[in-house]
Order: sequence, then structure tokens, then C-alpha cells
Amino acid sequence: MKHLLSAADLSLDEVTGILDLAEEMSQVQSRPVKKLPALRGRTVVNLFFEDSTRTRSSFELAGKWLSADVINVSAKGSSVSKGESLRDTVLTVAAMGVDALVIRHMASGAPQQAAQWVDAHVLNAGDGTHEHPTQALLDAFSMRRHFRASDPDFDWRDKTVAVVGDLTHSRVVRSNVLLLRTLGARVVLVAPPTLLPSGVQSWPAEVSTDLDEVLGSADVVMMLRVQRERMSGGYFPTAREYTVGYGLTRDRLARLKPGAAICHPGPMNRGLEISADAADSAASLVLDQVASGVAVRMSVLYHLLGGDDEGGTR
Amino acid sequence: MTHPPVLITGARLPDGQPRDLLLEGGRFADPTSAPADVRRVDADGLLALPGLVDLHTHLREPGREDAETVRTGTLAAARGGYTAVLAMANTSPVTDTAEAAEHVAALGRRDGCAQVVPVGAVTKGLAGEELAELGLMARSAAGVRVFSDDGHCVHDSRLMRRALEYVRAFDGVIAQHAQDPRLAGPDACCHEGEISGRLGLGGWPAVAESTIVARDVQLARLTGSRLHVCHVSTAETVEVLHWAKGLGIAVTAEVTPHHLLLTTEAVTGYDPTFKVNPPLRPDEHVTALRQALADGTIDAVGTDHAPHARHDKEHAFADAAFGMVGLETALGVVAATMVETGLMGWEDVAVRMSTTPARIAGLAEQGRPLAVGEPANLVLVDPSRRTRVDAADTLSLSRNNPYSGLELPDPVVATFWQGRPTFTR
Repeated sequence: MKHLLSAADLSLDEVTGILDLAEEMSQVQSRPVKKLPALRGRTVVNLFFEDSTRTRSSFELAGKWLSADVINVSAKGSSVSKGESLRDTVLTVAAMGVDALVIRHMASGAPQQAAQWVDAHVLNAGDGTHEHPTQALLDAFSMRRHFRASDPDFDWRDKTVAVVGDLTHSRVVRSNVLLLRTLGARVVLVAPPTLLPSGVQSWPAEVSTDLDEVLGSADVVMMLRVQRERMSGGYFPTAREYTVGYGLTRDRLARLKPGAAICHPGPMNRGLEISADAADSAASLVLDQVASGVAVRMSVLYHLLGGDDEGGTR
Repeated sequence: MTHPPVLITGARLPDGQPRDLLLEGGRFADPTSAPADVRRVDADGLLALPGLVDLHTHLREPGREDAETVRTGTLAAARGGYTAVLAMANTSPVTDTAEAAEHVAALGRRDGCAQVVPVGAVTKGLAGEELAELGLMARSAAGVRVFSDDGHCVHDSRLMRRALEYVRAFDGVIAQHAQDPRLAGPDACCHEGEISGRLGLGGWPAVAESTIVARDVQLARLTGSRLHVCHVSTAETVEVLHWAKGLGIAVTAEVTPHHLLLTTEAVTGYDPTFKVNPPLRPDEHVTALRQALADGTIDAVGTDHAPHARHDKEHAFADAAFGMVGLETALGVVAATMVETGLMGWEDVAVRMSTTPARIAGLAEQGRPLAVGEPANLVLVDPSRRTRVDAADTLSLSRNNPYSGLELPDPVVATFWQGRPTFTR
């Protein structure tokens, strides 16, 4: 595996391999000494054009626990306003001799473009409203653990995942739909018509505008963050109306399928798309998701870099 | 400006008739009067078309001479068979005063390899708020007749109405960049549809164009003024134009070569070379545009040649500059999409790329028949000539060529402007 740019890049075997290794990595997390020597001598740069403390910290820990040298480069603000092109910024960082670039950018496609300019491995840590493949992997990891707890031999093809919220502006949903298709789960996308992406009918998922209709059949309900500024964009009239239609309220929590889990990629808008009762309920995987993040990113970094010859692939 | 006479022999005219052409003193003369030692050009097997006229060129000078200059832009134009280009107003400074228009015209006279016709801005600084000095630009030595805020839509309905009314006094025309800024805002960079949704790119819906055109044709009807629609890109706009022309409204329209050939599919790799405004559209729009150009609903081809420095294109897709070069490839793309498909003959090409654009822009010395006494502006065309396009093989200063790597007709063999060769192969 050269790059991880899209969840669509991964075959079923690769996904399974990443999740299985992540299980092993997560064992390391419970040890008093967490370091593995696997990537000693390798350099990983977190090149973040957009602030994201959570994702950056998660990648930073993942690299460090594998003994890689990890550097954080914040290139916040549009490169246009700084007068430097994206290509120049990426080439400048790559010229320092890095083995992997973990790129976060507010514009869709930036990691794909970067992958064409550099020899280093490129890992998409979230690009605009396009994709966030490691988030989808850690979601799948958390869901798999949840399903295995009650049935070690569960089959993804028997599972339904409902993704609810601002689908238009979500990179998480695009990666999740692609990854869950690879795993074989049924995906139902739920949003008001104004927050359904153009052409969503052609995605490998079912689409609904009625959360209550979907709720009873979902084994996982994934609630996406809804930004309050969407109201001024005319996507929905008020936060209150959104919550009544699409929020995971206390009332809806009670109507979840028995054993169903709740996911949220964070940060949560408590009281808007998710009630405090739902967020803090036993069904919530939210903190497991965060913990899984480091193990999954360790696994991904190892899959990208671990096979390289001594000295990396410049 | 005098050039020794040239005798072109054996070329066929757009109507298919072979005729010798004597170019003398900037005009066509009687070929039987050619002096014995005249310079001869053997054009056996070639077509002679009137020099092409581009209603929509960005020459970037003044202001962005690193991307293009009047010299390099018109060199590229000549290589594409053009003898006149309308230089859009979005330079720095903006062409929104008589002085700015005269400056562009003077640069054209000094450096041009084709006639350079300044387009005036409709509003001051292209800001869409107050009318620019339309009358003074019209009265100036530059004689501006075409006004456009291209790059921006004149979206204020009242201002658009006043602009149309005002330019009627001097037979001006408002060339509208039709884009409702509320439906297609600053984030819009990809045709709104399956691909924009999948790639997570800001959608530019087709109706953001057609709703403005629907308003503008009714304003043109109200005011009795001339409206020209720049770079039509959607089937919906074609429907509106068809309706308006059926009512006799004075509206004309252009389509770019890239909207006749390329589709939204081109942007799936996030290559900003394919980022253009209006955006590339899906197949069904391309088909409708070709049909509309063939049946005359769309009157003309305009290149929207938009050169950009490399560093303005090497950003993330959403951040990169809009636009692509097009002067050198325009005739080849039209040949591929309209002639080789059987939708149009070369006579129609001459009308859509020379005669009609010259009429729309009010250029008396362009788009004329290849007849004795007429200005000697022509392009010699070899319809069978093809090439693999190479972005680096250009006379333009910029390389943002969306056809690079494609095999296309490359029919231009020579271009003559005012009797002088401005390009020869």
C-alpha cells in the first residue's frame, strides 16, 4: 500500500488486515511502556493545513508509539493567501526527507494532488468535504468490537448502519459509505433533503429523509455533527426543528433496536444532533472511537511504512 | 503597415469554390493583376476561411504580464487562425474608463499580431454596484461597443436593466457572465451533480446560469437592447435562448470549445487544469450545446482563453484559479466536435467563428467575405491535419491546457491579418 487517500483504495483483505493489526496495537496501549520499535528511523510529518487537535494528536501518538520521528507542521490558512502554492508547500516539506506525509486540508482533493508530487507515502487525514479514511477505519474497528462482544462470528452483511445528519458537508460519511460497502454492511443515509449530497442516489447506500422510519432497523446509529451556521445557509430553519426531525433525542434513544450502538465522530453538539442521554448512554461508543483512533492509525502507519526497505522509499 | 503582395493559389473558399487570392495593401486584389515576381503561397488542398474573431479572450495585460501579454496572447491567437480578439476587461487596472480602453487598444496596435478590441467593464471595478463610464468608452478612440463584467455576473436586476438601456444609444451590447451568485457562490467550482457530491466539491448548479439568462432576455425585450450571453454551458440555457429568439428578442450567445468537448468527468482527479467557470458539464449538456451551435440557437464560438501562471493553478482544486487556455486549439476542437461529427460544414464554421462574432462586436474590417476590395484577413486550413496536443508547445505564456495529451485536429496552416502573414507553419 503506497498511499491511503480514500476508503475506496482498500480491499476487504486490507481492511481486515488493518483492523486485526489494530487489535494487537490496542493491546500495547494498556501496557505501562507503550513503545514498539517497528518504525524506528522513519520520519512522519503531520502536515495540517487545518486545525484538528484530536486527529493530529491521534496521529502523533500513533507514530511515536511505533518509534517513528514525528514532526507537526501547521500550514494553517490558505496557501493562496500566503502566496505559496500547495505544490511548493508540499514539496518543501517532502524535501526534508520524510517517509510519510499525513495531510489534513480544508479543500477536497489536496492529499490526492500531493500524492502525485512526492515520493513519500501520503495519508489522508481529512480533506475538505471529501474523505477521512482513518475515521471510517476506526469507526469500523469500534463497531466490530461492539458486534463481536455479543457474537464473535457476526457477519457484516447482517448489519445495518444508519448515518444521520449533515451528509453534504461530511467527509466522514463518504469514507464510511465506501468502507462499509467493502465490508458488506447495509448503509442507510438519513438527512433532510437540503443536506443530502448531489447524486447521493448513486451511492452504494439507501437514502431516507425520515429518521423514525429507519431507527428500528439500525444496528449502529452514527450521528454527524451539524454546524449551527448551516441555518444561515438555509439548510434548515432552526436548531430546534432540526432536533425534532433528526436529533437522537431521549425519546428516540428508547426506540433504538435492542443492542444497537451509537457512534459520533465528534465533536458533539449536545442538544442539537445528540441528546446528553444518548451521548452518555451505555450504547454510546464515542469514547471507544477516540481510543480506537490511535490503534487504528498505528496499524495504518505500519501498513504504509512497515514494509519499506531500510531507509524508506524516498 | 504595407507588406509585399502575396498570391495564394489553389485554396478553396468556404463555399467549396477554388479561387486564387491576391493580398495587396492589406486588402484582396484582382489576382490577374499580380506582378510576375509576387510571393506565392501554394494552398492546393487547403481551405481559406475569413480570419477568426474571438469574442472572449483574456490577454492579462495590463497587470498579469507573467501569465500573458498582448504580444504572446495575439501570437497564440494568430496560431489559432484568429485575426481579431476581444480583450476582456478584468485586467489590472480594470478596463472601466476611456483611458484604460485606449491603453489596451494602443498595446494592440504596438504589439498585436491580431486586431485587439478592448471590452469595457459594465460596472466600476467589476464590482457590480455602479455603471462604469460606458459612454466615454464608446466615444473614445477605442470605440468600445462590447461591455462585460466577465468573471462576475451583473446580478443586480436594476443595474442590468440600466446598462442595457444605456448602451442602446451607441448600439452597444452587454455580454453577460450568467451566474446567480446566490445559487452558485464563491465555493462553486464543479458542476452540481453526482461528481461534485462524490468529490466533495462546491456545486455550481446548471440553473444558476439559466435563471439569469431567463431574466436577462426579458430585460433585453423590455429595453430593446442587445444582450450577448457569454460561455453558455447548459441545456437549460439553450432552451431559454431558443424561446427568446422565437420572440425576436435581440440576444446572441457564444459557447466555448471546452464546453463542446470536455465533461465533468475530467475533474475527478482534482487537476485544477480542468477548473473553469462555468464548469465542465455532463454529456447531456455537451450534446445540447453542439446541437444549439449547429442550429444557430448559439450564434458563435468564444474561446474564453484564460491563461494562468503555473503557481496560480498549483493549489488545491477549490483554491486554484478558474480558466484554461484555448486560442490555439479552438478551431481543432470545433473541427472535432462539429465538423467531423457531421453537425456543421466549414462554411458554418466560418459563420460561427468569424462572420457572426464580427457582427456582434461591430467590427467592420473583420468577418468579411474573401472578395476583391475586402480586408485581407484569412486563415488557411488543412482539415486533415492532426496532432497530439502538448501544453509546452505553445506561443502563449501559460500552460493550463486541458487538451494536453489528446489527439485533435490541428488545421491551421497559415494566418494573414491585413495582408501580412501572422502565422505560418
